[in-house]
Amino acid sequence: MQRLILKNKNRITLISGILIALGFISKWTMDNPKLFEGALIIASIFGIAPVAIQAYQALKVKVVSIDVLVTIAVVGAFFIRNFEEAAIVAFLFLFGAFLEQRTLNKTRSAIKELTEMAPESALKQREDGEFEEVEVDEVEVGDVLLVKTGAKVPVDGRVISGEGSVNEASITGESIPVAKEKGSKVYAGTILDNGTIQIVAERVGEDTTFGKIIELVEEAQESKSEAERFIDRFAKYYTPAVLVLAFIVWLFSRDLELAITILVLGCPGALVIGVPVSNVAGIGNGARHGVLLKGSEVISDFSRLDTMVFDKTGTLTEGKPAVAETEYYGDNIEEVLGYLASVERESDHPLAKAVLEAIGATKFSTVEATEVVKGGGIVARVNGHRIAVGNAALMEREKVDLSAKARADLARFEKKGDSLVLTAVDGRLKVLMGVRDRIRPGVKEDLRKLKKLGVKNLIMLSGDNQGTVDAVGRELGLTEARGNMLPEDKAAYLKRLIEEEGQIVAFVGDGVNDSPSLALANIGVAMGGGTDVAIETSDVVLMNSDFSRLPHALGLTKAIARNMKQNIFIAVGVVLFLLSGLLFSDWVNMSLGMLVHEGSILAVILNGMRLLRYRLR
Amino acid sequence: MKKATIQLETLTCPSCMQKIDKAVKSLEGVDQESVNVLFNSSKVKLNFDEEKISIAQIENAIAALGYEVKKSQVS
Repeated sequence: MQRLILKNKNRITLISGILIALGFISKWTMDNPKLFEGALIIASIFGIAPVAIQAYQALKVKVVSIDVLVTIAVVGAFFIRNFEEAAIVAFLFLFGAFLEQRTLNKTRSAIKELTEMAPESALKQREDGEFEEVEVDEVEVGDVLLVKTGAKVPVDGRVISGEGSVNEASITGESIPVAKEKGSKVYAGTILDNGTIQIVAERVGEDTTFGKIIELVEEAQESKSEAERFIDRFAKYYTPAVLVLAFIVWLFSRDLELAITILVLGCPGALVIGVPVSNVAGIGNGARHGVLLKGSEVISDFSRLDTMVFDKTGTLTEGKPAVAETEYYGDNIEEVLGYLASVERESDHPLAKAVLEAIGATKFSTVEATEVVKGGGIVARVNGHRIAVGNAALMEREKVDLSAKARADLARFEKKGDSLVLTAVDGRLKVLMGVRDRIRPGVKEDLRKLKKLGVKNLIMLSGDNQGTVDAVGRELGLTEARGNMLPEDKAAYLKRLIEEEGQIVAFVGDGVNDSPSLALANIGVAMGGGTDVAIETSDVVLMNSDFSRLPHALGLTKAIARNMKQNIFIAVGVVLFLLSGLLFSDWVNMSLGMLVHEGSILAVILNGMRLLRYRLR
Repeated sequence: MKKATIQLETLTCPSCMQKIDKAVKSLEGVDQESVNVLFNSSKVKLNFDEEKISIAQIENAIAALGYEVKKSQVS
C-alpha cells in the first residue's frame, strides 16, 4: 500500500489538483459550500497521504524532515476545519516536489550525458576467431575486440589492425576526428567515426581514462565546501527547531492557525538546495567543455585567484623546439650540413632533434672519435675533418675565430631568445642556427582574457636560460619571467607567494617535472593529455592539454561562485520576507507561504541551470 | 566483502539522503563506514558481507522507503 501510493505520487498530485479546481468551480458557479468542502476534504486526504508516509519513514530513522513539518501543518489545518488551506498546502508541496525533480534533472543533465557515453557492449574475439557481442563488463585485459564504424570503443587499448578516425569528445571535450592506425592508443567512450579497427584491451571498466573521469566528476559534484557543510549542519537542527518553535507559539498563544503557518513558512527548501544546484550545473558545464573541476572547494579558491604561475616548456610553449633561423658562412654548405646531421644523429639532445628535422634529407657520413663536451656540445671527426657542434663556449674552446658579422648574428639570435647551435669545420664557423620553442598558438590572447577576468599577476617560471625566458615573457606580456629554475626553486617561489604574501596562487603545468608545484599551489592546474598522474594530483584538469580552456575554467568558476551567492540571497531573502510578513502584517497565510516557498526553490534551480549554458565572452 | 553501487531514481531533497543513509546503515551485514549516498548522481555506494545479507535485501530496504532502485552493480 505504502509503495503503491509513493509510486503513483504524480498521479495523486494530479487528482488532488483536479479536486481542488472542481471544488472552487462548484463554489463560484453553483454556490454549493457542501460540495466545495467535500472536494477539498478528499483532495487533502489524497495530497497528504504520500507526504505522511515519507514523514513516517523519516521519523522511523530519527530524521525530522520537511515532510514531517508539512504533515503536521496539514493535519493541524484539518483540525481547525480549514480544508481549503489543508488541500492547497498538500497539493503545492507535492507539485513543487514534482517540478523540482524535473528541473533538478536538467541541472544534472550535463553529467548524465557524460555517463551515458559509457560503452555498454563489445565485440569480443572467441577462441575460434569469430567475434561475438558481449557486455562490456565481461571484457578482460588482453582480449581482442572489434570496433566497427559508428560504434563506441569499449575499453582503453591499442590498435592491432585496421585504421580509422575517432571522435574523442568524451575524453577531451573536442569533437575533432583523430586518425588511428596500428599501434595507436584508443580510449573507452570515444566513437569510431569511420573505418574498422581491431584493438587489444589494456585497461577495462573503472580503470579506463573515461571511467576515471566519470568517477572524478561524480566525486567532485558530491564534495562539499565549508559553506555547504555549514548549511547542512544548520539544516539538521533547523527543521526540528522550527517544529519546537511552532509548538511553543501554540502553547502560549493557543492559536493553532498561527502555529501551523510557522511550520510551513519554516521549511528550509531553497537554502539546502541552492548551493549544490550551482555546483552541479557548473561542474557539468566544465565537463562538457574539457575542464575538470574537482569539487566546490576548488571552485571557491579558483574564483578568488590573485596570481597565476606557469611552467614554460610544454605549457606556454609547444615543448617541441624547432630551428627558427639559420645563417651560413662560406661555401660547401651542402657538405657541411651532411657532416652536421651525421654528428647530431648520434645525440639524443632535444636541440639535436630540432637540427636534424630542419636539415631533412642529406648525405650521412661515418662519424669517428666522438667527444661530448659537457655544457658545450660535441666534437667529432667526419671524413677527416674536425667538426665541432655546440654553443659559443665550445667555439671559444676550439679557438674558432668569429667574424664581426657572425658576432652580430649571434647577439641578434640571443636577444630573440633562441638557443644557439654553432657548427665549425676545421676551426672555421660554417653554420649558425637559432633554435626556438614555439609559443602555443592563441596563448597571448588567452593570457589577455585571464587578465581581463581579474588575475593580477601572470608569472612564468622555467628551467631554461634567462635570455629565452625574457624573450617569451616580453612577447606574452607577462608580469614576471624567471629562468634557470629547478623544480625545487619553483616550489620555493610558490611557497613564498602563498605564505609570505598571502596570495591565492594557481600553478599551471604539464605535471611532468613540476608535480611539487602542482601540489603546493592553492590550485594545481594540470595540462592533462589524459595521463593518470596529472589527472589525479591536480585540482583542475584541462583535457587534451588545451591551454585555451583555461580562461573558460576561470570564468566558469567565477560564474559558479556568483551563482551560489545569488541563490543564498534568494533563499535567505524569501524566509526573512515571509517571516516579516507574518509578524508585521496579516497577508501571509499557509497556502501563500507554501506557494512562495516552492517558488523560491524553483527560482534557485532555474538560476543554477543558467550555468549550463555559460560561455566565456 | 562485496562492493555495491546502487542507482536510484533522481533524489531531490537532501533529507532523502539522511533517510537512506540511516536506513542502509541499520542493516545487518552492511559495512557502516562504507555507506555513501551520492545526492547529485542519485547513487548509493556501500560494502556488504554477502554471507549476511543479499543485494536484493538491501535494494528492498531502500525501496521500502519509497525510492525506486533502477539498477545495481556488485563487484
